[in-house]
Formats: sequence, C-alpha cells, structure tokens
Amino acid sequence: MGRRVVLGLLGLGALGIVLGSRVGSVITTIAERDPTGLTGLIPGNGRFRFYSVVGGVDETPASEYALTVDGLVEQPATLSFADLAALPQTTFTKDVQCVTGWRVEDVTWSGVLLSDLLAHVGVASLGTAVQFGSFDGVYTESLDMGQAMRPDVLIATSMEGEPVSHDHGGPVRLFVAPMYFYKSIKWLDRVTVTDEVVPGYWEDRGYDIDAWVGQSNGRNDAPIA
Amino acid sequence: MRRSPDRLRRFSRSERWVHLSFGVLMGVCMATAAMLYWAPLSPLVGRRELVETVHYSSGLLLPVPLLAGLVASQAYRADVRRLNRFLPGDWVWLRSSARRSGYYPSGKFNAGQKLNSAFVLGAVVVLLITGLMLHYFTLFPDDISTGATFVHDLFAAAIVVVTGGHIWMAMKDAEARRGLRTGFVARDWAEREHALWAASAPEDPDSPDAPGPEPDPDRD
Repeated sequence: MGRRVVLGLLGLGALGIVLGSRVGSVITTIAERDPTGLTGLIPGNGRFRFYSVVGGVDETPASEYALTVDGLVEQPATLSFADLAALPQTTFTKDVQCVTGWRVEDVTWSGVLLSDLLAHVGVASLGTAVQFGSFDGVYTESLDMGQAMRPDVLIATSMEGEPVSHDHGGPVRLFVAPMYFYKSIKWLDRVTVTDEVVPGYWEDRGYDIDAWVGQSNGRNDAPIA
Repeated sequence: MRRSPDRLRRFSRSERWVHLSFGVLMGVCMATAAMLYWAPLSPLVGRRELVETVHYSSGLLLPVPLLAGLVASQAYRADVRRLNRFLPGDWVWLRSSARRSGYYPSGKFNAGQKLNSAFVLGAVVVLLITGLMLHYFTLFPDDISTGATFVHDLFAAAIVVVTGGHIWMAMKDAEARRGLRTGFVARDWAEREHALWAASAPEDPDSPDAPGPEPDPDRD
C-alpha cells in the first residue's frame, strides 16, 4: 500500500509538471474573479514572487528618488521622479517570465522608454551598451545598445496601475519585456552608457547575457509572449 | 514465573538517528522555503543566493538518512516493511470513528502512521525531482519549468500541512515522543495504542540489540 501511495504521488507530480503551466493560467483567471480571495492562496497562482540578492533594501520614497544618467552621454544628468514624469510616457502590457519557471501574465507597465531617456541625454558615438545600477548596492545589469533602443524596454514607474511598490523594486525599476525577468533590475538608480557590455550580477553566476525568453539559458522553444 | 517487562523497546538507536536527522533536515528545508516563498517573510530576509543554497542542500540531503537506515539497520528495514503493508484491519480502523479508542487494535504502526510515512516519502521524492528541475532550469523548456514550479509549490504546501499534523499529534502524546526520544515505551501505552504489537513483545527490552518484536508482516 505504501508503494501505491508513493507511485500515485509520483504520477500526480508528473502530470502536474506537464500540465502545470496551463493549470496555473486557469487558477489565475479564477483568482481574479474570486471575491473571497481564497483562490489566491493556492500555490502556483500566477503571481509575483519576491527576490532580493541582499538582506534588506532601504525604502526610497519617490520624493527623494534620484536617477543618475552618466557615462558616454552628451549631457549627464540626475533626474528626480518628477523629471522622469515630465519625459514622454509609455504604457504597454506584457508577460513576466522568470528563468526558473514562474510567470505572471499580462502585466501593464508604465514609465519612460529607455530609448526616450537616452535621447534626452544624448548618446555619445562610443556608447555601444548600457549598464544599470541599483540602490541595493549590489545588483547590476546591462543591455547592448540595440536591445536598449527597443520599444519594449521601459524605465518603469508604475505596474498594474499602481506606482511600483518597494518590494517590486520601486519607485523606479527596469522592465525588459522580451527577456527573462532577471534583466529587469529593481531599485534602479543608475543608467551608465558604456563602450562595451558589462555582464551583470546573474551573468557573473552563469546566466546568459542576452536573456531572450525561450531562446536563452538553455532554452530553444517558441517564445511565449 | 517471569513478570512481563513494564516497558518495551520500540525503536533502535539507528532508527532514532534516522528520524532525528531527517527531521532536522526537513526543518531547515521548510524554514528556508518559507524565507524564499512566504510573502511576509521573504522581503525581511532577502539574501537569495544564501537561502537558496541552504534550502537546496538540505533538500538534497533528505534521502541520506533514509538510505543510511535501509543499509545499516535491520530494525529500520523491519519497520519499513511494516509501514508499507496495509492489513484488512487498517482499512476498518481508518473508516471507524472510534479509531483512537483502541477498539480496532493496531500493530506497531496504526494506519494513519502508515499513510503519513507513505505520503511524506512520495512527496519528498516529487519535491526532490521538481527541485532539481528548478535548480537545473536550463535543461527544460519554459513550459515545463513552469509546471515544475507549480508542482513544487503544491507539494510543498501539502507537506507543510501534513508535517504540521504530524507534529501536532506528537505533541499530544508524551509516551509516543518518549518512544522516539529514548527508544522505549510503557507497556500499558503500547497495549492501548498498538495492541497487536504489544502482545508479541520480546522478554528483554533492555537488550541494546533487540530491535523489538520479530517482524511478522502478516500480523503487524
């Protein structure tokens, strides 16, 4: 009997692995319409998970926020939250995909396109890549200039209709829609134009630099979003 | 005429070490899981790499005490055989609302204990496999990784509930805890809780080598 229980659980597990991504979508859809909120407690409910590589990050209110834009730019600048709000605003809805498997579908992001920010400061001719820094003091990320200029790379100030919360990396974070979510650095405080790609935190630990969803980090499948 | 001993040997030293080390590893694994996954806690802890490494390492070590027991302990092997085998009386016991009254006598392990051990073993295997899939995510397409995440979450939640129940039941029974802590239990406790096992107990419970009653899979 013990054997049968164990084998039954293994079978359920295997089924779940194969069907899990679809079940997750169903649960999320139900959870969105569930007035009791109980469905949200089911694991795998298609919501975000908290990641931080440091112990604790001091909250920075939007009023005290400062974004340093420097490196190979014509006019280095320090932008306040209000300065960012004065730049052209962009909104789009995309999926979030973590490299380990969890995903959140149809997340609406608002903010300033990285390309608009770079146009504002002017990129010097030697600038071929961008490096990003975080006020957690540790995390860094990077994009090459072609990636940085995409219309789906955003300096995000709001997500899902709300200002980006502290736990989600606010008040300002990056969102790189076509790549795995580790590229979307949280607690963004620095954008530096460089003359070469500088691998970031997770890349130093073996993750791919060009983190295209479905086409990197060992994957070779059709992109989902 | 020899008096019946007033205590019985229930678990050997090896068995107690297996239970303790498995329990400690589970505790570490579940605590780190909470730090990684439970919303109120994870922002306070952060330190992704460290916590993940401890979680992953403790999880990977879980089979070690179980396998060591199988290899090194005859008593453990005998108890595994007992746990694995359901007798007709076990089904009756499970269906009965008078389970805990002793009306339907249990062997060395009652049906609830047998189900618990089978569930934990199966769940740990699934968590191990999906955990490895999450750790070596580059080997799997995104869809499969999402599925592995889902299964790992679900089975983790289930094992938290079952382990909580296991500990709750243990806290209610001091003599059961004494059995696992010292290896010995009072005879009258055994006659109430595990009557079929108590009836076949050995004469000398103090013998350090005595694993307990001879295993008789057809009876207990």
